[in-house]
Amino acid sequence: MTAAIAWARRRASAAASWRRMRRDRLAMVALGVLLACVVMALIAPLVSDRADFNAINTGDNPTHASPTGQFVLGTDGLGRSMALQVMWGARVSLLVGFAATVLMIGIGTLIGLAAGFFGGWTDAVLMRITDWFMVIPFLPLAIVLAAVLERGLGTIVLVIGITSWPSTARLVRSQVLSVRERLYVDRARALGAGRLHLIGRHILPNVTPLILANTTLAVPIAILTETTLSFLGLGDPSEVSWGGLLERAGSSAVKEGYWWEYLPPGLGIVAVVLAFTIVGRALEEVLDPRLRER
Amino acid sequence: MRASYVIRKLIGAVSTLAFVAVFNFFLFRVVNRNPVDSMFRGRNLTREQLDELTRKFNLDGSKWDQFVAYVRQLLRGDLGLSFRGNRPVVDVIAEALWPTVLLVGTSTLLAMIGITIGYRAGWKRGSRGDTVSTSLSMLTYSMPEFFIGMVMLGIFAASLGWFPVGGLEDPGSTATGLEQLLDQFHHMVLPALVLAIAYVGEYMIVARSAMIETLREDYLQLARAKGMRDDEVRRKHAVPNARLPVVSLSAINFGFVFSGAIAVESIFSWPGLGQATYLAVRGPDLPVLQGLFLLMSATVILANLIADLLYGVLDPRVMGR
Amino acid sequence: MSVLELRDLRVTYRTEGGPVPAVRGVNLTIESGDTVGLAGESGCGKSTIAAAVLRLLPKGTQVEGTVLLNGEDVYAMKPGRLRAVRWTGAAIVFQGALHSLNPVRRVGDQIEEAIRLHRTVTGAAVGARVAELLERVGLQGAHAERYPHQMSGGQRQRVLIALALACEPTLLIADEPTTALDVMVQAQVLALLEELQRERGLSLLFITHDLSVLTSTCRRLAVMYAGRIVEEGPSVDVFARPDHPYSAALAAAFPTIGDSASRMNPQGLAGDPPDPSALPGGCPFHPRCARAVDECATNDVALRVSGPGRRAACVHVKEAADG
Repeated sequence: MTAAIAWARRRASAAASWRRMRRDRLAMVALGVLLACVVMALIAPLVSDRADFNAINTGDNPTHASPTGQFVLGTDGLGRSMALQVMWGARVSLLVGFAATVLMIGIGTLIGLAAGFFGGWTDAVLMRITDWFMVIPFLPLAIVLAAVLERGLGTIVLVIGITSWPSTARLVRSQVLSVRERLYVDRARALGAGRLHLIGRHILPNVTPLILANTTLAVPIAILTETTLSFLGLGDPSEVSWGGLLERAGSSAVKEGYWWEYLPPGLGIVAVVLAFTIVGRALEEVLDPRLRER
Repeated sequence: MRASYVIRKLIGAVSTLAFVAVFNFFLFRVVNRNPVDSMFRGRNLTREQLDELTRKFNLDGSKWDQFVAYVRQLLRGDLGLSFRGNRPVVDVIAEALWPTVLLVGTSTLLAMIGITIGYRAGWKRGSRGDTVSTSLSMLTYSMPEFFIGMVMLGIFAASLGWFPVGGLEDPGSTATGLEQLLDQFHHMVLPALVLAIAYVGEYMIVARSAMIETLREDYLQLARAKGMRDDEVRRKHAVPNARLPVVSLSAINFGFVFSGAIAVESIFSWPGLGQATYLAVRGPDLPVLQGLFLLMSATVILANLIADLLYGVLDPRVMGR
Repeated sequence: MSVLELRDLRVTYRTEGGPVPAVRGVNLTIESGDTVGLAGESGCGKSTIAAAVLRLLPKGTQVEGTVLLNGEDVYAMKPGRLRAVRWTGAAIVFQGALHSLNPVRRVGDQIEEAIRLHRTVTGAAVGARVAELLERVGLQGAHAERYPHQMSGGQRQRVLIALALACEPTLLIADEPTTALDVMVQAQVLALLEELQRERGLSLLFITHDLSVLTSTCRRLAVMYAGRIVEEGPSVDVFARPDHPYSAALAAAFPTIGDSASRMNPQGLAGDPPDPSALPGGCPFHPRCARAVDECATNDVALRVSGPGRRAACVHVKEAADG
């Protein structure tokens, strides 16, 4: 019964947040851009086949063709259509971005929950480790990790997850501490509620909105990191992301003036990252009452 | 300065450094059981040759023996041998150090203009200037630094020809003294600008939110009541307080600029640590990569320590008497 | 000439939720050398008045009516003139000394800054003046080197008083100067303020929620409720025989020290102060008033003369000849 009421209340507050966000026009445009990119990634297999990129099938195509009739975005040095590659690249970039975000939010939430809830030694040790990971420059760390592990999308996801969780852990921990302070958790504990029950029913629902906003802001970080790692040649050679396309283009395409080989994937990254950042900040503003006052 | 604060921060820095060193060992000798095998895979080496290489790179013996040897080596400042050309890693790094110091130093100084912009934007929050600079910051934040590099290289070097397309100086140049310096400066303009543009927004946003945090403080109201001009209130009362979080975050930002140099140096063929990292990844040359990782971590840890100590100087509440 | 004259002052804050009227037509005059107390619960608009006198309200706040400081309209001043009048025409002893002093600057610096700004004294005399001010408020010249966090709450409040005196203002506004202090320190700070007022013939506007404090410090008293003055008169009279039920409740809320009857039987004030953006109709106090009658819900009574030099805004007050 009470659970039903709690859910109804949460649904109502989610609806109110959505209404408030609807008023933010920029955020709505950004959301549109994101949807367009997701759709583009989803329909890539419908409009083309991966085999289109095999050298055997592109041998007859012109190489380094500028955007003209046959190829909307021109072709690269092997005669592969840039337009199709950008669509497929969106798939990989978004997939890795989302998966890595889930992993890093997962690790961060677990560690933050544990540190904030158990306190004492657990907290001290976990926060020390978090501090270490905060200070170590995370790109070099990601590079050495990716360098010693097998190449592949899974590795990239793992590397981003392992290197970028600390800020989420800190955020969740401070939220847990403030929620724990509130009276009703004490009341629940006085009634003899177990720890898991406390975390699941009282603490987690209260920290979820902020985790959500944090997630939206973490996706662009994950996508940017994936891009950089791929650009440095640490990506999956068989699954080319936007970063991978930039790597292939390299500075030679720039020097030769083949702008269609690096501008489209680069602008794709900028659009997605910018859109996620805008939506994330709008979400944060709607969900965090402290920010709303400003 | 209160000794306990300094000692606590020193211990923190040393423990982080120790963590990095142990992590480094773990990464290269435990996760990757025998680097030599993966390194020279497909090169048709005999078992004897592989064993020989294993001994040379200190990879024989038990993990514990290896660890002791690794720590001893590290304390001597010896980072081992590069997989390529049999050169000591320290030499490879030393060679690449100066160009990076020059590049990262210049672009950090340039990017720090963002702090001043951020203070002003936060002070006049919601104004046109604030909206414009915040939007621009979000835009540059969303661009990978190497993409900015590619675009700028395309426009200003490849198309317009205003700047050289890469390198530290003109190939085959025999210029010395001032002429050589000017040539190097000419080569540095683009990469330094790229890094500055990529990170000026970070500094700006940090400074802006620090300023907004102080906007509601009562002492600003008191300063206004005293009859101070608006910009004096900002400079003499708001900025000294907003500076505190900016100092700490600048150290983290410095780490970002340092990291950003990796990809940007490789685009502009700037022969610094970044390009060395890029080449070591391509190799792959694990000993060099290890050494670079240790050096970069140590530099950022040091930057954080300096920021912490500076914070203590700037905030009398930390140090007290 | 009056030091301060407020004529039908109205202040409306602009907020996301719409306009919030904080001060709704206040008339108040302070003659030279006079001491006036302004009392009321938090949110009644008393601190807004302090900020309004020096034009310190947030941008976009709507201010109507007239504020005359030494005969000059504060809201007609050019920026330069306004800055010159601030701290010399009127200075404020702010509440909450911990937050009113800049934590990263030495307190001496913060006093010196005001002196240099208005060139009250110049050159080498500035340091001596800072020391003199600190000594006058019961601190030592060496305290100038301290940072706010190195001082106690009482010491910080004394610094704020020294700071307010730095440019010898004609009017001193004390905005809840004793709120955060414990009772003993409160008494010391009050004694200091009274002493300084007598010694220098300062005009004083003393703002507080504690009516009992005002009786000894101030000659006249004005009680505010929901953005308006509901009772005014000589402070001893108002405190001893309040005409407005709200003044009576406020007076009873603070037991007189040494009076065991009031200590044994404290009479609190029921309910919360009204939300300024949604005031009840009629007399805004009627929902909390023990003596409310039907008429109170519809009739918002203006101030009427209730005795010699006294006025109150209540239906129970029978119009008397002003003497």
